[in-house]
Amino acid sequence: MPEKFDVIVVGAGPSGNAATYTAAKAGLKVLQVERGESPGAKNVQGAILYSDALEKIIPDFRDDAPLERHLIEQRMWMLDDDSYVGSTYRSQAFNTPPYNRYTIIRAQFDRWFSSKVQQAGALVICETTVTGLHMDGNCVVGIQTDRIGGSVYADAVILADGVNSLLAKKAGFHPELRARDVALAVKEIHFLPDTTIESRFNIGPEEGVAIEMAGKITRGMVGTGFLYTNKESLTLGVGCLLSDLRTHRISPHALIEQMKAHPAIRPLIEGGEMKEYSAHLIPEGGYNAIPRIHGDGWMMVGDAGMFVNSAHREGSNLAMTTGRLAAQTVVELRREGKAFTAANLARYRTKLEDSFVMKDLKKYRDMPAVLENNPQFFTQYPELINRAAHTMLLVDGADKRSKERAVRQSFVGKRSRLGLLGDAFKLWRAFE
Amino acid sequence: MIKVEEKLFQNRYKVDAGKPHIQIVDAEVCQLECQTKPCTSCCPASCYTAEGDGQVTLITDGCLECGTCRIICSEYLNVQWDYPRGGYGIQFKFG
Repeated sequence: MPEKFDVIVVGAGPSGNAATYTAAKAGLKVLQVERGESPGAKNVQGAILYSDALEKIIPDFRDDAPLERHLIEQRMWMLDDDSYVGSTYRSQAFNTPPYNRYTIIRAQFDRWFSSKVQQAGALVICETTVTGLHMDGNCVVGIQTDRIGGSVYADAVILADGVNSLLAKKAGFHPELRARDVALAVKEIHFLPDTTIESRFNIGPEEGVAIEMAGKITRGMVGTGFLYTNKESLTLGVGCLLSDLRTHRISPHALIEQMKAHPAIRPLIEGGEMKEYSAHLIPEGGYNAIPRIHGDGWMMVGDAGMFVNSAHREGSNLAMTTGRLAAQTVVELRREGKAFTAANLARYRTKLEDSFVMKDLKKYRDMPAVLENNPQFFTQYPELINRAAHTMLLVDGADKRSKERAVRQSFVGKRSRLGLLGDAFKLWRAFE
Repeated sequence: MIKVEEKLFQNRYKVDAGKPHIQIVDAEVCQLECQTKPCTSCCPASCYTAEGDGQVTLITDGCLECGTCRIICSEYLNVQWDYPRGGYGIQFKFG
């Protein structure tokens, strides 16, 4: 008789680690399987860690987690070809412990999280790819791995296998992802001395800045860019909907090269040594794209379940929260002596509905469609706003009333009066 | 512009020699039926190359395991995509 576990968790990202930690801490016998050489070796994120979601799992994580810088400043840039209009929020409140968010380097952070998972009593096996699920009728009863004699059984399997979730597709739980529901992001990490970073970004030691960007850097495609400060490195990246990349025939590699050459970005990364180039799909379909997330003997957490709030660039906190709530569900059911049937595991769905996860995703449910169908928000508006700023700020002898008229005419000329009204309404609908 | 190969050179890979985890199912479909060949422009590691005669060459050594090629080939479903064997493929140093 092969060894049997209470729960098997597939994947050692934030959702899988949250689930494994929570279940093991509650005394369940848990096996976690990860295909990378070590936890984090296959994982890519910007990356920003939101403290709240992790505090609910490991309250004292700040004692030894590898954190880069806490964010005291958030910039939002709307870019034209060689300019940007931006807003900045910087606050001493974000510079007072306990800090609300940090930049992290995922390979290091995930290894740390995994060490906590192992201390909690879970068995973690790396360098092992899960190739399929074992079913008994409709019920998931175990996993097949690529190790010799690689079948392992459990009462429940938590799929934390990331955005691609091949397992859910092989098992027929999900259809293939649609290109319009995922964004492809490419990212680079550039190393610079910490003092250089601090002077360039006007910050002290441990303090950090995040810049989120939209506009011409995505060349008319639905997408965004980012630049984050780590201790001794900067990460920057750009991502666009896969459906748009396909139609525009633009190479993501060319996109990030063009972004780095932007006159507002180039001086920030000047002299840095690029040490890694990565790519990752981000599930951006939102609430309407959430697939089946539980069934007999299984639940799905993190990116695999499409749990990303693209409006606010939040993902890892949803991952950790869904992982924690899935594990709490099996822990409760086990205590109550109930089986892990689809009907009983529906409690996971209820917990999600009661949490910020589903509330936020529901709030922005119309946003993906609005942005996808209205490319002007990524092309014409950044251009109009940048040129309006230029017109108003340029001192050239023209009177201000004439300048205002020129700006108004530029907006009406591009979008028409009705178009402007319609666009305002669409944006209000998307973010309402 | 820096070539993508130079960027990939910075990455750490453990290549499973002779066992590519992605395969083109039917080379003729790429060559004769697919006009747009989106894999050749969308792959962030440029693993897919369109040859002069319309053939598509795939070399998976630099693969970042994102899944793009599988999803964009929705019309022909001509990409057989799997994860590398446990422990192989890209090993992100930073992620």
